[in-house]
Amino acid sequence: MPELIDKRLVIVTGKGGVGKSTVALAMGLAAAAQGRRTIVCEVSSQEHTSQVFNRAEVGFHEVEMAENLWAISIDPDQAMREYLLLQLKVRAMRDLLFRSRIFTYLAAATPGLRELVTIGKIWEVALPDRKVKKGRKYDLVIVDAPATGHGVAFLQTPRTFANVARVGPIKAQAEALETFLVNHRKTGVAIVALPEEMPVNETASLEHTLTEDVGVAVDRVYMNALYPERFSRPETERLEAASQNGNGTFRAACRAALSESRRGASQREQLARLAELVSAPVRTLPFVFEPEIGVEEIRELSGEID
Amino acid sequence: MAGVGDLLDGKRVCICAGSGGVGKTTSSAAIAAGMAARGKKVAVLTIDPAKRLADSLGLPELGNDERRVDPKLFADAGVDTQGGELWAMMLDAKATFDELVRRHAPDEETRDRILSNRIYEQLSAALAGSQEYMAMEKLFELHAEDRYDLLVLDTPPSRNALDFLEAPRRLMQFIEGRALQVFMRPTGLGMKVFGRGTSMMFSVLRRLTGVEVLEDLSEFFQAFSSMVGGFRERAKRVSELLARPETCFLVVCAPQGEPITEAVYFHRKLVEAELPFGGVIVNKVHYESELAAYDERLERELAEALGDDDLARRVIENFDDYRALAGRDQRNIKRLTAEMRARLVIQVPYLDTDVHDLAGLMRINEYLFAAGARERTAIAAEA
Repeated sequence: MPELIDKRLVIVTGKGGVGKSTVALAMGLAAAAQGRRTIVCEVSSQEHTSQVFNRAEVGFHEVEMAENLWAISIDPDQAMREYLLLQLKVRAMRDLLFRSRIFTYLAAATPGLRELVTIGKIWEVALPDRKVKKGRKYDLVIVDAPATGHGVAFLQTPRTFANVARVGPIKAQAEALETFLVNHRKTGVAIVALPEEMPVNETASLEHTLTEDVGVAVDRVYMNALYPERFSRPETERLEAASQNGNGTFRAACRAALSESRRGASQREQLARLAELVSAPVRTLPFVFEPEIGVEEIRELSGEID
Repeated sequence: MAGVGDLLDGKRVCICAGSGGVGKTTSSAAIAAGMAARGKKVAVLTIDPAKRLADSLGLPELGNDERRVDPKLFADAGVDTQGGELWAMMLDAKATFDELVRRHAPDEETRDRILSNRIYEQLSAALAGSQEYMAMEKLFELHAEDRYDLLVLDTPPSRNALDFLEAPRRLMQFIEGRALQVFMRPTGLGMKVFGRGTSMMFSVLRRLTGVEVLEDLSEFFQAFSSMVGGFRERAKRVSELLARPETCFLVVCAPQGEPITEAVYFHRKLVEAELPFGGVIVNKVHYESELAAYDERLERELAEALGDDDLARRVIENFDDYRALAGRDQRNIKRLTAEMRARLVIQVPYLDTDVHDLAGLMRINEYLFAAGARERTAIAAEA
C-alpha cells in the first residue's frame, strides 16, 4: 500500500468539531514540504485555509498559500457553471442554459446535484490532464470534507446518480467519478477522531460505512488532540497528597496537573479502544496548548502527519 | 441569574442549537434528564446517525419512535424522579419524510409514485434541508400529540447552526418553485406556455443528462406538486410553533474563538427572527482557579512539597498550559456575555472525565441547573 500522501486524492472526514480542517491543512503542509504540489479543497465555503493564512477569501480560485500549497473553496454553483462550459462546446447552447431561469431553479432543486458537481470539480482538479484551460497539475489533492452524516451522503452521490441515470452522459460521468473515488490506489480517506468515548464509537461506525457501503479505502485514522503524559502514576499520587495543603494557587497548580493526568489516562483508554475498533492504522496528534490554532501550530502538527 | 430549570419552567419545547462538536447532544440529554428528575415527562429528540444519544442514555438502539429510559438508571444514579419520565428517540429523516408523503399525498397512486420514484428513493435524505426540516416536522407532530410536558430537540449537526431555522422556508421554496411548475406539464402544452426557449433548454438538458434522468426528475417534481397545499400549511404551523412563548431556544457552544463567534451570530439571528431565545450554554470551560497568576515562590513551594525539582517544573509547565486555555476561555466568554447583555450564559466546566452515562449527565446538571452564578462558582471551586 502506498503512503497516504503518495495518493492523488485524500479525503479528510470525521464528526463535527474534531479538527478536520486543521488536519487537512497540516497534511497539505506536510506534503508541500516534501516538494509535492498540493491543493486543499474546501467544500462548504467556511474559508478556513484563507483565515489561517490571514489571506483574503480564496473563493472558486486556486490560490497559492505557501510554497507548493494551494487552496480552493468549491462553490457548487460555480462548479456547475464550469462543468457546463466544458460540456457544451456550442456557445449558443451554453448561453441558452445560463440565461434560462427555469434551468437555474431546476439545478437548485434537483437533490444531490450540488454534491455531484462539487465532487466533479474535485475530480477535475486531481486530473493529470486538467480540463480547464491552463489548469495546474497537482501531485496531491486534499479534501476537507463535510462532517460525518453529510459526508457519507456526499461521497455516495456519484453512485446514486450512476444508478438513477441508466444511460447517457451523466451516467458515464457519474461512473467515472465513482470509479475514481473507489480506486484504492489513487484515492484515500483519513478519518479524524477525538479521544473521547462517543467520538471513538462514531469513528468506528464511520469507518465501517465508508469501507463497506461506500467502498472507499480508509487509510488512516488520526486521533487528534491527545494530551501529553507529563506525570507518572507515583508522581500523580504524590501530587494528590500535596494538593490537600498549601494556598489557593498551589492547590490550583496541583489540581491542573492531576486533571491532565486523569484526562490523559482516559484518553489513552480511548486510544486503545479505537485501535481495537478500527482496521486502518491509527496515528496520534498532540493537543495544542494555544489559545487559537494558527499557521505556526499547524506547521508544527504537519511534522507528525504521515 | 437563573439555571436551566427556571428557564424551562412552563415551557413545552426546548431547542438546542449550535455548531458541530460543542457537546450539543450531551447538553440536550442532560437538560432532558434534569427536567425528568424534576418530575416532568420529557422526550429528547436527536437526529444523529451515530447513535450518540442512545449511547449516553444506555439505550442500545433508538428508532424513529420514542423509547423510555429505564427508571432504574435514575435510581442507580441516586436520583428520585418524583414521577418524571425520560424518553428518547432518534430521528430517521427518511422514515419521517415517507410518513409525510403518506399523509399529504392526494391519493394512493401518487403516494406510491413518489415513494417508488428513484430520485426520491435515493435522494430524499439529501434533499436541501430535509434532515433539518424533518427534525422540525417530528417535533411538531409530538407537540400536537401532547403526550409530554417538555420536548427537547437536539438539532442536526451542520456547519451552519441556522440551517434548521431556514429549513421550512427552503422546503417551501423548493416545492413551490418554478422547477415544479415546469414539470407539471413537461411535454406538450407546458412547452408551448413556456415557449421555444424552454423547449430548447430541455433538449440541451436531455443531451446532457440522458432522457431517463429527466423523466425521473419530471415525475418526482410532478408528484410533489400535488402535495404543495398540505406541505405549505404544515410548514407554516411548524414556523408558528418555533415562535411561541412556550418554546425556548438555547444556544450551545464551546469556549474557543470560532464556536463563540458562531454563538454570537446565532443569538443575533434568533433575536432578529423574533424567536424566543433563552440563553447560551458554554461547555468545557476551564476552571476559574486555573487563571491564577503566580510568582517564583510557587515553583519553590512545589519542589519542597513534592521533594522533586523536575516534577515541580513539569507541574508549572502544565499549569502554564492550562492558564493559557483558561485565559482564552475567560476572554471569549466575556465577549459572549457582553453581546448577550442580561441574558443567561451558563458555563459548564471541562470535567476531567468523559460524560457518557446518566450519572455523568446528572453531574453536568449540577452546573446547568444551579440556581445562581455564585452557586456555580462554588461548585467549580469544589471540583
